[in-house]
Amino acid sequence: MYKPVIGLEVHAQLSTKTKLFCSCSTEHENLPPNTNVCPICMGFPGVLPVVNKKAVEYAIKAGLALNCEISNYSKFDRKNYFYPDLPKGYQISQYDLPLCRNGYIDLYVDGEIKRVRIKRIHLEEDAGKLLHIGSGDRLSESDYSLVDFNRAGIPLIEIVTEPDINSPKEARLFLQELRLILRYLGISSGDMEKGSLRCDANISIQTEEGKFGTRTEIKNVNSFFSLEKALEYEIERQIEILKRGEEVIQETRHWDEKNQKTVSLRSKEEAEDYRYFPEPDLPPLMVTEEMKNKLKSEIPELPAKRRERYLALELSPVDVEILVSDKDLSDFFDKALRIYGNAKNLHSWLSVEILSYLNENKLEFKDLDIDSERFVKLIEMVDKNEITRPVAKEVLRRYLTKKEDPLVIIEREGLRVVSDTSYLQDIIKNVISNNSKAVEDWKKGKKQVINFLVGQVMKETRGRASLDVVKNLLEEELNKL
Amino acid sequence: MRTLREIKKIYENKEANVKEVVESYLEKIKEWEPYINAFLHIPYEDIEKQIKELESKSPNLPLYGIPIAIKDNILTKNIKTTCASKILENFIPPYDATVVKRLKENGAIIIGKTNLDEFAMGSSCENSAFGPTKNPWDIERVPGGSSGGSAACVSAGEAPISLGSDTGGSIRLPASFTGVIGLKPTYGLVSRFGLVAFASSLDQIGPFGRTVEDIAITLQIIAGHDPMDSTSSPYEIPNYLEGLGKSVKNWRVGIPKELWYKGVSEEVLKTLENSFGVFKEMGVTIEEISLPSLEYALPVYYIISTSEASSNLARYDGVKYGYRDFTAEDLISMYKQTRGKGFGSEVKRRIILGTYALSAGYYDAYYLKATKVRRLIRIEFEEAFKKVDIIASPTSPVLPFKLGERISDPLQMYLTDIMTIPVNLAGIPAISMPAGFYNNLPVGIQFMSSFFTEDKLLQFAYAYQQFVDFSKKYPTLPNKERV
Repeated sequence: MYKPVIGLEVHAQLSTKTKLFCSCSTEHENLPPNTNVCPICMGFPGVLPVVNKKAVEYAIKAGLALNCEISNYSKFDRKNYFYPDLPKGYQISQYDLPLCRNGYIDLYVDGEIKRVRIKRIHLEEDAGKLLHIGSGDRLSESDYSLVDFNRAGIPLIEIVTEPDINSPKEARLFLQELRLILRYLGISSGDMEKGSLRCDANISIQTEEGKFGTRTEIKNVNSFFSLEKALEYEIERQIEILKRGEEVIQETRHWDEKNQKTVSLRSKEEAEDYRYFPEPDLPPLMVTEEMKNKLKSEIPELPAKRRERYLALELSPVDVEILVSDKDLSDFFDKALRIYGNAKNLHSWLSVEILSYLNENKLEFKDLDIDSERFVKLIEMVDKNEITRPVAKEVLRRYLTKKEDPLVIIEREGLRVVSDTSYLQDIIKNVISNNSKAVEDWKKGKKQVINFLVGQVMKETRGRASLDVVKNLLEEELNKL
Repeated sequence: MRTLREIKKIYENKEANVKEVVESYLEKIKEWEPYINAFLHIPYEDIEKQIKELESKSPNLPLYGIPIAIKDNILTKNIKTTCASKILENFIPPYDATVVKRLKENGAIIIGKTNLDEFAMGSSCENSAFGPTKNPWDIERVPGGSSGGSAACVSAGEAPISLGSDTGGSIRLPASFTGVIGLKPTYGLVSRFGLVAFASSLDQIGPFGRTVEDIAITLQIIAGHDPMDSTSSPYEIPNYLEGLGKSVKNWRVGIPKELWYKGVSEEVLKTLENSFGVFKEMGVTIEEISLPSLEYALPVYYIISTSEASSNLARYDGVKYGYRDFTAEDLISMYKQTRGKGFGSEVKRRIILGTYALSAGYYDAYYLKATKVRRLIRIEFEEAFKKVDIIASPTSPVLPFKLGERISDPLQMYLTDIMTIPVNLAGIPAISMPAGFYNNLPVGIQFMSSFFTEDKLLQFAYAYQQFVDFSKKYPTLPNKERV
């Protein structure tokens, strides 16, 4: 047997306002190089770190949400290595006493629950960025390199799983679920393309139960898709080696996106000795029960809980996922649900009318300024036949684009359903006399032409009439001919 | 050559203005510098600016118009700060250290940056990339280190007070060698923000002066919580001047047998004999105590301090500031050449020692064990201070030695700090007081007290100085031919 055994190390940038150890902003994208820096995050002589309390709170929240034990006592350590993007020559991280330990995430994989255990979560600072100029896009191949420290010092949490993942798909699902949880907590944007969520994967092949194979570590995975691809490639590569009767070498491998393969970066022998030791510039981190309870109370309902609740409303798993995958949308759904009982109908309005609008305009739900009461009122008017569905749709669009109150539009423009039969009969008579060709066709037995005539009537009423009523009245009139 | 109280009086009586007082010190500097090299730079332009800025400030500020010299590992905005290292030869800091900021806010004038052993690593001030400082009492001898410049300038009267830093004795040893007072405060009392780190868990800034009162006045300004230093104590600081002059009758003084006899030279012991008579006159009782773990203090210190230093000095890599060797062909050789040429040999020795001690497979045996012994030393001091108020010892086991005498033997050099190192490991405060002279060479005595009891320590030292006062004893300018 060849069973893949995968563990992930995920780095997530925390969306605090300021960096982990200084008061520089965490905004670092699209800024001129080295403008979002200070002596502290540049590692000038004489500077000292002061820990950002919010970042500690965010990390604890992540731990609580991932079912971890939160350490009452933890500390920072220095990870020592030389690299030009590391201003102090060491990274302030956590080594043997991380903030959070022993958690898990439950995933739904093909309808079954799969538990992936979390080994630890710790806090650390991000490094700067290198820009390589010249022939290659790696430091060793370039003519020269430039350093930008705008990103240096941004708070990161590193989340390390146990080797509980057994397929590339599970790995992707884990990472997606993790991102979703971080987003629900509001502690990270989780944007892989922008590098605010980064993932390294450890992978080995198990050939007999209870015995682990030699693992490799894959770096430079920049999207969910490439995580899956890189793991698929690496599994195949390792199995090939084993099939040849050879041995996998323990090494770090780089995912080459362009050529869709992993390439060797460095072997175990070349691995660095980071000379960890306790950071003498920072006192230990003490977390009180009081602090834990306070943070616990701030944690919103998480995706797993929400899924359960929506499934109980008899929404389909696909529909549930549509809601759960966007917290803002899901929050709105819940708010509307409190004043409107029909979950399925509500979901259909949201997924059909709202999501299509978002897709067309490349917007996210959180960009919308939409009031749940007005939205529900509109649906209820349709339910009660006070307005027609087309009218509701049109008014909703105008509400979304121009922020006009839909109820005001309806009243001002008289868009309620027209129930006055004699008024409709007048219009029908007009339509019949103005469309003699269609009427002739109808007489000849082309019964489907009635849809065209209905359309004409609806146009005249600006959609305010009930389709069924119009159709009945029209048939009555035509039959009279 | 005056005390702070005397300078204050000059201003009050309008006998001279700030400019004139500062100039009188600059005059002294001009006389003495060719012989002792205590200063690395005198920022003349900046001094004028500081004097001008002072015009709009209240003359009632505690340090109004007081010239002060600052060790060149404490950052001064717009004034070059080199750590006596080639690697920071042209480094101009973009900010003031917290202590410097506080001194300026309280009216002090920064008149110069003083020489030191490179990155404060050394006991003789010979490890400076810009030449050694010499002892004003005998310019063939060292002033002690690493804050040799800050001690020598106060000793020679080039400045009334100065700041140094003390990681294993770097304030107290030079104070002892040059016949001035030097205080190492409790770890965490004075902000380290802007002090170039050598060993973060041991480093502490402290003042040099000629009277205990001057030390107390200066400490009052620089001590106290700093939000920029997470290791600085959050507690309110006491008034350090209040206890000065109060009786210390019946205080108990502990004499640790481990620090008095073994390895202490005859000359030092003989000179310090007098102090026991002084103790009697002060009305204090003497008790012999034992601190058995001190035997391990030196190796523990050299493991912890070098380990932290190896990490603290990693930032000098030629990438962001300071010296870079531009002949390097690739990244690794840039690191190697920059650090190889930029650091002096003692600094490199300690980086290598520390790197080794932290390496995989050695960490438990060295660093971890050292932190455990350190804790024992601390506990022993805590226990001792339940029995005694003050612990006294020689500051240095030897007299100021000659330049070149110990520099080739690192172990001999390291042993110079045997009396002062335990204090840093424990984190307690200690002061070195001039106690006497042997053949016109100063000898210091060290008083230690419990954590954050600088008020008591200064009260005791003040009482001592009433009997043993060398504040008006100055070295004489050497003959020209001796240069």
